[in-house]
Order: sequence, then C-alpha cells, then structure tokens
Amino acid sequence: MGKTTAQKIFDTHRIDRPSEGIEVINLDAVFCHEITTPTAIVDLMERGKDRVFDPTKIKAVIDHVTPAKDSLTAMQGKVLREWAGRQNIKDFFDVGRNGVCHAIFPEKGFARPGYTIIMGDSHTCTHGAFGAFAAGVGTTDLEVGILKGICAFLSPETIRIKLTGKIPAGIYPKDIILHIIGSIGVNGATNHVIEFTGPVIDEMSMEGRMTVCNMAIEAGATCGICYPDMTTVDYLWPFISDDFSSKDEALNEYRKFVPDEDAVYAKDLDMDISELKPLVTYGYKPDLVKPAAELSGEKVDQVYIGSCTNGRIEDLREAAAVLKDKKIADSVRVVVSPATPDIYKQALKEGLVEIFMESGCCLTNPTCGACLGMSNGVLAEGEVCVSTTNRNFNGRMGKGGMVHLASPATAAASALTGTITTADQL
Amino acid sequence: MKNFSGKTLFLDRSDINTDEIIPAKYLTEITKKAMGPHLLEDLKMDGFDPEKDLEGISVIITKENFGCGSSREHAPWALEVNDINLVIAPNFARIFRQNMFNCGMMAVEIEESKVNEIFSKFANKETSITTDFDAKTFSINAEDLSLKLDFIISGFDEALVKAGGWVEYADGNY
Ligand code: SF4
Repeated sequence: MGKTTAQKIFDTHRIDRPSEGIEVINLDAVFCHEITTPTAIVDLMERGKDRVFDPTKIKAVIDHVTPAKDSLTAMQGKVLREWAGRQNIKDFFDVGRNGVCHAIFPEKGFARPGYTIIMGDSHTCTHGAFGAFAAGVGTTDLEVGILKGICAFLSPETIRIKLTGKIPAGIYPKDIILHIIGSIGVNGATNHVIEFTGPVIDEMSMEGRMTVCNMAIEAGATCGICYPDMTTVDYLWPFISDDFSSKDEALNEYRKFVPDEDAVYAKDLDMDISELKPLVTYGYKPDLVKPAAELSGEKVDQVYIGSCTNGRIEDLREAAAVLKDKKIADSVRVVVSPATPDIYKQALKEGLVEIFMESGCCLTNPTCGACLGMSNGVLAEGEVCVSTTNRNFNGRMGKGGMVHLASPATAAASALTGTITTADQL
Repeated sequence: MKNFSGKTLFLDRSDINTDEIIPAKYLTEITKKAMGPHLLEDLKMDGFDPEKDLEGISVIITKENFGCGSSREHAPWALEVNDINLVIAPNFARIFRQNMFNCGMMAVEIEESKVNEIFSKFANKETSITTDFDAKTFSINAEDLSLKLDFIISGFDEALVKAGGWVEYADGNY
C-alpha cells in the first residue's frame, strides 16, 4: 500500500508505538519562542531536568513582544536568553537579530524536506511548505521535545487538496487558503495532515506556500505539507550546497518524501480557483469567509500588514504596489511589520520602506506584536482592523476589536479608502 | 491521579477557542497559578458569567471542537488551577486534547447524541458527574435524575493519566 508524505516521514523517525494509533517519533528540530518556552524551562528546572537533548537542534527566538514592553515580557526574554546561554544553544536570535519565528527559521534554512519539527506555537505548520512534518504542540510536549528530542502523535491521516485552474489576477496565496478554510471549515481537517498539491502550488513560490501552509491549523490540521520540488531546492540551496553535488541530486534525495501514487487518503479534494475573488473574513472564526467586495464600504480603523502569514518580502511588495504614490485615508492608521531583519533590509533596498512611509504607514521592527494583541498595534474596544494575519478570534488583536483577515493587497487597498476595499475597486 | 468528579458546568456552544478559555494577554505569565482568576473570562455566551458560574465547578461538558485555536497549554492550566480536570465533549481540537492528557488531565469524547441527551436532561439542573476511572464510567446525577455512561480512552492516554503526565512518562520510558 502506498504512503503519504507524513507516513514516509514517520517511517524514518518512528521509535515506538505506545498504543494503537499513537507513534513516538524523534525530532530533527525543536523551535522555541519567548511566550511558550519559558514556562517549559521553568517547569523542567523545577523537576530537576534542566537539560536539552541536542543544542544544535534547538532554535530559539524572541519575537512575540520585542523589544520587551514591560517587566513581565522582559522576564520571558531573560529566561529564554539565559537558558540559550546555559545550554549552549547557538541559534538564538535576540533583539535586533530577531524576527517572527515562522519567517526567520525558514530563512535560515532550518526547515528541510523530510524533517520532523515541533514548536510551542500553532502556526508551526508553516514549515510543512518545505515537505517537512511540522506541528504545533503544547508546553508539555515542548518540554519532552527539549529534554528527549521526541514527540508523540496520532498516526498521520492525510487529506489531499489539489488546487487547479489559473490563479486570477489580483488573487494571492492568502485568498486561496481563506477559500480552502471557508470551504472545509475550522474543524475540516482536525487530526489530519493536509497535502496541498496541484499546478497552483507547483507554480507558487516558497513564500506563497508558507502562507498557505501557515493557515492549515485554522482548518484544524496538524500540519500542511507541500511536496519538495525544484522551488524548494532553489530556496534551500545556500544551506545545502555542501551536502549535494548538484541541485538535481538534492531534488532526487528530497523526492523520497513525495507520496506514492497509490497512497491512501482520508479525503481527496479538488478545488478549481480560476473564479476566485479577493476574500475577507467577517466574524470571529477564520472559516467565515466572503468576497471582500460584499463587505465593501465597511469602515476600518486600522490596517495591519505583517505576521508569519503575510510579513514576507512578496507580501510587502504586493502591498507596496497598491500604496505606491498614494496616501492612506486620514481616518485610518496602518502598521507594517516586516517579519525579519533580512526582509526589512530587502524592503529598504527595493524602496518599499519609502513607499510605506510616504503613504503614511507606521513601520515597526520585526515582531508579532499586533497579531495577537500584545504590542505595536493593539486595537481599542469596538475598532475594526483589516489584517494580513491568520486569526480573527474575538479579542485576538485587542479586547472588543474586530479583525477581518485579508491578503496584503486587500489590506493596502482598504488603507487607501479607510473602508474594506479590494485593489481592483480602486 | 487527579480528581475527575464533581459539580458540572454546561457550556452550550461549539468551537470554544483557547482565547476564550484564557485570553492571550495572560500569556506573559510564567506560572500556572496566575491563570486562575481569568478562566473563560472572554467567553461570550448568553447568561454566562464566569465569576458566578465557575464557583465550585470540577467538570465541564460542552459541544464540538472545544479548545480550538492556539496551542497554548495555558488553557488546560487555567482549568487545572481551578480544580477542573475533566472536560467532556463530542470532540476536541487536537492540541488541546493532547495537552489535557499531557498534564495528567482528561478530555473525554462522547458521542454527540449522548452529549445532546445529557444537555437536554441535565443542563438546567444542579448536576454532578462522578468518574470511575477503573471501570471507565461516568455517573451523572441531579436531584431526581441519574444516568450512567461508559467512556473510552486509549491505553496511552490512560498511562499518561496514571503517570501524572507526559514528562514523567517519557523520562521514565525513553
Ligand atoms: S505572527 Fe501571529 S500567528 Fe504568527 S507566530 Fe506571531 S503571534 Fe503567532
């Protein structure tokens, strides 16, 4: 019987089946940030187990609130920083060198085809874009990951979503993933891996694939996976060129993780995206999705462009293209957070930063801050935000605030009018 | 092993997410205890008042997809420090369910029709649920009414509950 990508990865990492349907696998990487890891560190210390399984496989970053905004967040950074020093974790990204975890770790080449990765963060599914099995876990799983380099999962069952048709002009990976979540629902892939495949994915950049995989969790999925191909190899080449004599050789090796033709799927879905319109969410769940044009005219107080979903260079280009030589509406404020220092530098080089500033946007350092309502752009009660992030839960970006998830293009267009607007309505 | 019996709270809504269980603004806390007073503080549900309705509660029964959203383990901790170690629902978000057992707590799935039956018979009454862990049964009791129900948990989850959680289990076995 053929195997899916996740099954193939599990086959090369399995160490135990403690019970029917449960597999314990070893891990190639454990990612850490300052919100969920300090609790794990403190708990391990209290248990007298302040050790790590392999400091070279642990990567850590301060990204959610950075620089620290108060004593509590300063303490979270301090606990993580001191632990990284004590445990000899070299890949620790402190203030100034830090960026949003799911943007900076791939950028450093830490996600590879066939890898198993966990992090105490639900959007860890982003790294599946590289053909890895990457899953968000809770603090206890993180503790065991740090201590033993292992994690337990349900035997992976997979839903395959084949995306066909031609991507219409003005439609972006964010619209595609919102469409998928709107179709299958917030619980549509619970306990499943999603494989995203088909010509639409084949043509997509790694940035776009990361946007799609990033929101797999919003349909309940454990991980979203794209198959490794030449796009993957090209992206990773600076980090793997010592390991392979050519890109073809690397691709050959990575093709091991492409599913067998007779792989068995829990569900097999085909979606043609040729007719897709720019989408937004309209409620407190990410599956409440509508064409943005249907909400057009609704007043917006803030626009946010950033996050692990849409804070990468392509996203900034997409937003800047809409904002170029124009001014944002007086009634609105726009916060732009490039997701990593390299993205920031690239945006400077390409003149995107100037476009944002000329149009009246506020640029912050790389951080998650606004995305989860902790800093750098928190909403007030009753305010409305069009945001390129991934969660519109009640209170997510600030108590009593309403979040409409959208693509960077739709977010930028809404900034110009101060109301929900698509780029083609301008 | 923790306590899995006592006065029961009915939350008649599906998709209650982790932001509603414990708002993100408390994630800057490093200790579990700090979560205590904020359990379900942002849950929007007609007639629900966390300050009054959580008083003395040990068990929660609710609808589909409880615990969806963020992977934060703060959600089970917020329950744990309030002495709520058992949640019953037709199904749970994967990470939340795993987090519960990882902490030596229980998130037990019961068929939707059964959950609906319990809601229709007991939701308006002062109800308590008693768990017999060895026999794998719940008895649900109100003044004039009682119901007995079998439940299933996997051998692995059972081992986690008995070991007191995954850290102890993993360090002992691997
Ligand atoms: S950008 Fe938002 S969703 Fe992504 S890791 Fe940061 S807080 Fe989480």
